[in-house]
Amino acid sequence: MSGVRVLAGTRKGAFVLEADGKRKDWKVSGPHFAGWEIYHMKGSPADPKRLYASQSSGWHGQVVQRSNDGGKTWEPVGNKFAYDGVAGTHQWYDGTPHPWEFKRVWHLEPSLTDPDTVHAGVEDAAIFRSKDGGQNWQELPGLRGHGSGPRWQPGAGGMCLHTILPDPSNDQRMFIAISAAGAFRTDDGGESWKPINNGLRSEYIPEPTAEVGHCVHRIAMHRSRPEVLFMQKHWDVMRSDNAGESWREVSGNLPTDFGFVVDVHAHEPETVFVIPIKSDSEHYPPEGKLRVYRSRSGGNEWEPLTKGLPQQDCYVNVLRDAMTVDSLDKCGIYFGTTGGQVYASADAGESWAPIVRDLPAVLSVEVQTLP
Amino acid sequence: MIRVVLPAHLRTLARVDGEVELSVDGEATQRSILDALEARYPMLRGTIRDQATAQRRAFVRFFACEEDWSHEDPDRPLPDAVATGAEPFLVVGAIAGG
Repeated sequence: MSGVRVLAGTRKGAFVLEADGKRKDWKVSGPHFAGWEIYHMKGSPADPKRLYASQSSGWHGQVVQRSNDGGKTWEPVGNKFAYDGVAGTHQWYDGTPHPWEFKRVWHLEPSLTDPDTVHAGVEDAAIFRSKDGGQNWQELPGLRGHGSGPRWQPGAGGMCLHTILPDPSNDQRMFIAISAAGAFRTDDGGESWKPINNGLRSEYIPEPTAEVGHCVHRIAMHRSRPEVLFMQKHWDVMRSDNAGESWREVSGNLPTDFGFVVDVHAHEPETVFVIPIKSDSEHYPPEGKLRVYRSRSGGNEWEPLTKGLPQQDCYVNVLRDAMTVDSLDKCGIYFGTTGGQVYASADAGESWAPIVRDLPAVLSVEVQTLP
Repeated sequence: MIRVVLPAHLRTLARVDGEVELSVDGEATQRSILDALEARYPMLRGTIRDQATAQRRAFVRFFACEEDWSHEDPDRPLPDAVATGAEPFLVVGAIAGG
């Protein structure tokens, strides 16, 4: 019988949660790397037993861990992330030039076809690639080398490259997103990159429609339609139907168009999920009600999904890498909160239940659909 | 043999219990000890000092014979008591954070 493996990265360690295809009874293992921040873990689509984890701490910096047995055992691999050439400067919060400094890996994206190839999105924003299972990392310097680099600036969480989306239909194309620079695309395997922020409007920057400077929180696609992208921006939920060449707002009737996560149903490319969050400073659900919103029309018309989710006195956040979907039928959806709960729906969002509820603050959630 | 005491998180990462014993090339200095430590335990590279600059990480300190060596020249010879193994070289993580 098929099953799922959920990978939860938290402020104080990593947890692996497994269930069969019914997704009712869960076995929790962990904490792995106890006491360390686990910004992200992800499994290889080409080999489900191969996992990568980003482990970091303010004391001891960055470690990358790899598992070859589905998270039962781990081994540290390479952690040297050296910027290519002269690092240069980006904008600091006060607008002054600030040297590029490596801080941590926010996101690890294994190749769709090769378990030993993995991309890392890091703070200060850059993308690195390993072709040897994480032992050695090389920057793809064309991204930071884009002429706009000196104008990039950090969001409140740092200047992080947090989203890496490979195009399943074109191994030369990949999308990334940076807070707060915006979205970029490569069409030549990472050699060169172009900003794809046309149509974004950010009132909090001096030039609201600037080429770069937008605080993109997350991008998602359905693998059958990689030219269609959905974006949760600092404000606004956006959609592109041309691989990011232009965007249009699809926030529609959401109670707030701020949030961090966005994801697409595994079998319905026009069904999209977001979790609205109150901002600018509160960063918890509006009215204390934790609601996932679903659009079945690719945006604009949204319905709240609340069954099984707390509908009073809930003041958690759901961070940008903390929502994911499995590919079972019915589609499973998972998200983790800063209150330490991981909620799951085994029926495409109709009903929810916590599969674990007292973890440290959850930073990321990924799921693997196992044969 | 030179004895090195690591903070708990690094002992876990390196999969060692208790002290680490090392032999170093030449004089016992902070640099030679850390070089030998990282050669034996590659997973510790970058966790005590920056891989590119070799600068001590901000929340890590070095102690020997009850003295703070964190701001000393990394090539200054450590006391004989450390070189002979009578006293350990301590790598200490700051007691801070939540």
